[in-house]
Amino acid sequence: MKKTSLRGEARASTKQSIYESIFSMDHHARIKNRLAMTLSILVSINIPNNSHAGELTGYVALDSRIFFEAPAESRQNMSNIPTLAIEPEYYHVSENYEHTLTFKPFVRIDANDDKRNHWDIRQFDWLYAKDDWELRTGVSKVFWGVTESNHLVDIINQTDSIEDTDGEDKLGQPMIQLGLFKEWGDLRLFYMPYFRERTFPSVEGRLRAATPVEDDLTTYDSEAQRFHPDFAIRYANTFGDWDVGLSHFSGTSREPVFVQRTNADGENVLNPHYDLIDQTSLDLQYTIEGWLWKLEAMTRTGHGRRFGAFTGGVEYTFYQIADTEMDLGVLTEYQFDDRSGQAPATLADNDVFAGLRLTFNDIQDTAILGGVSVDSNTQSTLMFFEAERRVGNNWKAEITGRFFANVKYNDPLAAIEDDVHIQLRIARYF
Amino acid sequence: MKKTLATLALIVIANSAYAKRNAEEVLTSGSTPEEIGKQIAIEADDRDFGFGDMEVDLRMVLRNAHGEEIKREQRNKTLEVADKSVGDKSLIIFDNPPDVKGTAFLTFSKILDPDDQWLYLPSLKRVKRISSKNKSGPFVGSEFAYEDISSQEVDKYTYKYVETEACGDMDCFKLERYPAYEHSGYTKQIVWIDTEEFRPIKIDFYDRKSELLKTLTYEGYKQYIGKIWRADKFKMVNHQTGKSTDISWENYRFKVGLKESDFTKASLKRVR
Repeated sequence: MKKTSLRGEARASTKQSIYESIFSMDHHARIKNRLAMTLSILVSINIPNNSHAGELTGYVALDSRIFFEAPAESRQNMSNIPTLAIEPEYYHVSENYEHTLTFKPFVRIDANDDKRNHWDIRQFDWLYAKDDWELRTGVSKVFWGVTESNHLVDIINQTDSIEDTDGEDKLGQPMIQLGLFKEWGDLRLFYMPYFRERTFPSVEGRLRAATPVEDDLTTYDSEAQRFHPDFAIRYANTFGDWDVGLSHFSGTSREPVFVQRTNADGENVLNPHYDLIDQTSLDLQYTIEGWLWKLEAMTRTGHGRRFGAFTGGVEYTFYQIADTEMDLGVLTEYQFDDRSGQAPATLADNDVFAGLRLTFNDIQDTAILGGVSVDSNTQSTLMFFEAERRVGNNWKAEITGRFFANVKYNDPLAAIEDDVHIQLRIARYF
Repeated sequence: MKKTLATLALIVIANSAYAKRNAEEVLTSGSTPEEIGKQIAIEADDRDFGFGDMEVDLRMVLRNAHGEEIKREQRNKTLEVADKSVGDKSLIIFDNPPDVKGTAFLTFSKILDPDDQWLYLPSLKRVKRISSKNKSGPFVGSEFAYEDISSQEVDKYTYKYVETEACGDMDCFKLERYPAYEHSGYTKQIVWIDTEEFRPIKIDFYDRKSELLKTLTYEGYKQYIGKIWRADKFKMVNHQTGKSTDISWENYRFKVGLKESDFTKASLKRVR
C-alpha cells in the first residue's frame, strides 16, 4: 500500500520533469534547438536517387521516450529530451552488377545518456557476386532465424542493446563471408577477425541493470581479447514447404557474463566478461496454408556445462477479417533454456509468448503488433506494442510501448521495472 | 549471305513450331462453350509464350474515394518456366515509398497449389518465408489483389465462351472464367480478349457474393521482340468502394539473360 502511494508521487514528479526538460531548462533548450535545426536541414534536402549506379537513401528520426515512473536509482537521469537518430546509406553497384559497395553509418544524438549518444558503422562492405557464389568483405550484418519472440540462433552480430531492449538493433560486424549456392543448398562461411562489445547504458541512463555496467573493466577468456578470430558456418535450404538452416559458431560469446566489482571510485559496478563458446543450432519453418510453424534450437558450450535452448511456436493469419482488407496474425511461442548460473542470464528460460499482429493493408501500410511474455516460473510479465503508419510519401510515425507486471525481485526484469515507457518516433526517409 | 539465310530459316522453324490459329479456327475447335472458352485461353497463352525472361519498371497510382493519391514504384523480374505444369518465377523489388525501398518479394508460382513466397526485409537483413494463402488480399494497399498480379496460367481457371462482340474499334471474345484454385476472392470473371491478337482488353471481377466488384482495363498495347504484346497501362476501378489503382508499365526489357540463380533466397539478399 505504501509502495503504491510512493509510486504515485514519483509519477507526478516525473511528469513535471518531462515538461521541464522539454519546455524550460536552458541547456536542454540549446540541444533541442540544435536537434530542430539538424532535422529541418535534413528534411529540406532532397537527394535524387534515380540512378541505379550510386544512390543515397536512409532516414532521420526524432525519438521521444516517455517514462511513467521515476528511475529506480537517484543517479539515473530524470530528463527525457527527444533524441535524434540518423542512418544514411550509400550504395553503389557496378555496371555488370558484380561489385556492390554499401556504406551505412548510424548516429544517435542523446542528451539523456552519454553512452547512448553514440555512433556505429552498421555496414561498410564490398560484395563480389557471381551466379553461384559470392564474397562479402567488410563490416556487415547477417540475420539467422525464424521465430519472433526470441532470436536464439542469430549470433553473428553483437546486439546494440543501448538502442533498444528488444535485441533487434545490431552493431556492424567486421567479416569475410563466402557464400556458395549449389543444387544441394546454400553454404556460407564466416571469418570474423574483430569482436564488438555489447553496448550498455551509462550510470545516468534508463533501462539499465540495477548495478551499472563499466565496460572499461571488460575481460575475455581469450588473451587476444577483441582480436580473437571467430568462425561460423551455415547451411540453408528449402525442401518444399520446409525452410531449414543449420549453423555452427565458434568464438567469442556475444552475450557477456557479469562479475560484480568495485571501480576506482569505490562504486559497485558490473564487469562484462566474454567467454569463448561453441554453439550449434537449427532453425526450421514449415509453411502450410495460413500457418507458419517455427522452431529455433541451439546447444552451447563455454559457460560451464553444456546447455540447450529452444524457441518454438506457430503463427496463423486470418486474412481479410470481418469483410475488411485487414489481416490478423495470431502468434504464440514457447521459450525454454536450461543454462546454468555460470552462463549469461536470460529472460527466455521458461516463458510463454503470445502476440497479435494487425495489418491494415491500406496505402499507408498501417500495422500494429502487440505481445505479452510470461515467465512460467515467476509469472513475471513483459508486455509491448508497436504501431506504425506512413504519413505522406516520405514520413513515418511510430509508437512503441514496453510494460512490466508481476515482476519478482529476483527476475532479471526487476532492474528495469520502473522503466515502463512509450516511445514516439517520427522519421523522414530519403 | 548463306549464314544469314540459315539463321533466318532457323527463326522461321522456331516460330512455326507452333502455328498461330485465327479466331475462326479457335471458335470451331470445340463443341461446347466450355471447350471453346478454354481454346481461346490456350491460344492467348501460346501467343504469349516464349518471352524467356523479362524486366519492367512500374509506377502505381493508388487513389481513395476522396481522390487522394499515393504513388509507388517497383521493378519486376520474371523468368518464364518452359514446363507448363509449373508457373513462372518472379521477383518484385520495391523502390518507393522510401521506407520500403529495397524490400523484395520472391514468388515461385504454381498452377493449383499455393505459390512459394519469400519476403526480404532490408533493415533486418531478414528473409521470411510467408504464407501464400492470401490470394484475395490487396497487394501493397492497391486495388490489385495478389491473384490479379500473379502469373496467369491456363489451368488456374475453367472457362465458358459467351459471344463475340465489339470492344472499342476491335472485336472481342467475351468469356467467363472461374478460379479453380483455392482461396480466390472471386466467383467469376468476365474477360474480353481481342479476336485479332488474343490480348486481354477488359476484365470484370465478381466477388464472393457474385456482385460486380472491380473492372480492369488494359491500354496502350505494344509489341515486343516481334511477338509479345504488353499493355502500357492497367486501370483497376473498384465499383464498391470508389477506390482505384493505375499501373504504368515502363521500360520493358525482354531476354535480358536472367537465370534461375537470380530467383533464389540468396539472391533476395543482394538485389536492390
